[in-house]
Amino acid sequence: MAAAMKTRVTITLKNGVLDPQGKAIHHALEGLGFSGVNDVRAGKLIELDLDEGVSDRDIEAMCRKLLANTVIENFRIER
Amino acid sequence: MKTAVIVFPGSNCDRDLAVALEQTTGRKPAMVWHRESALPEGTALVAVPGGFSYGDYLRSGAMAARSPIMKAVVEAAGRGTAVLGVCNGFQILTEAGLLPGALMRNAGLSFVCRDVPLTIATSQSAFTSRYEADEALSIPVAHHDGNYFADDETLDRLEGEGRVAFRYAEDVNGSARDIAGIINEAGNVLGMMPHPERVIEAAHGRTDGRRLFEGLVAALA
Repeated sequence: MAAAMKTRVTITLKNGVLDPQGKAIHHALEGLGFSGVNDVRAGKLIELDLDEGVSDRDIEAMCRKLLANTVIENFRIER
Repeated sequence: MKTAVIVFPGSNCDRDLAVALEQTTGRKPAMVWHRESALPEGTALVAVPGGFSYGDYLRSGAMAARSPIMKAVVEAAGRGTAVLGVCNGFQILTEAGLLPGALMRNAGLSFVCRDVPLTIATSQSAFTSRYEADEALSIPVAHHDGNYFADDETLDRLEGEGRVAFRYAEDVNGSARDIAGIINEAGNVLGMMPHPERVIEAAHGRTDGRRLFEGLVAALA
């Protein structure tokens, strides 16, 4: 039986890459009166519903070829 | 001279590019749908238009860069065919690996849609040979993701090798080193955020973009 399973891919901007969306969220939080927020970085979460036979290597290839742009983004796979 | 304009779902500057190419080459370009897997025989210039291909899903240009026709465009570029990417076309060319770096959300977060002052950073290219180095131009932009990013080493190389074609003369979107357009190593691929096809005839108010197309005709025809 090919059980399906959920895999989560988290995509974040690399350190040193300016994140204007994170900055805007940061400002908005400050505007709401929340203090103590040092920095905000926004990313993406992609959920994949995969057959059991899909290997880690396949998922990594998906990330490198499409899901993340490795010029600016890092990705983390959680199975 | 045979030219082709690639059309993706969501392209919206394909017609403007076609008009610019027809006016300057005297011949209608082939309009090539993204599902095609080959370019027309003898295509000398491929234009990748602006717009919102695939609704900008995932990242601007990401889906279009993986469409069947882009495989043919990458192969043609490798054989020396000239490729011009404007706006979303520039984003697609970086996503396809034909040009280095990436185009990120504008630093000010706003969609920027206005005429911007530019300078010609090099006239030593097939794309800019009809301009003078340091010449000032005004060409419209219309984008949300035009903030050019590359690591310092790549930026140094682009500048050192004369591969920055256009620079913004003021801060428009936060682009690294005010880069508005770059050329690949072989000199046959240009990506730029401003829209030269929108300023090619007197009725547009200015013709600052026309010489880009005329230069290509002179170089390729």
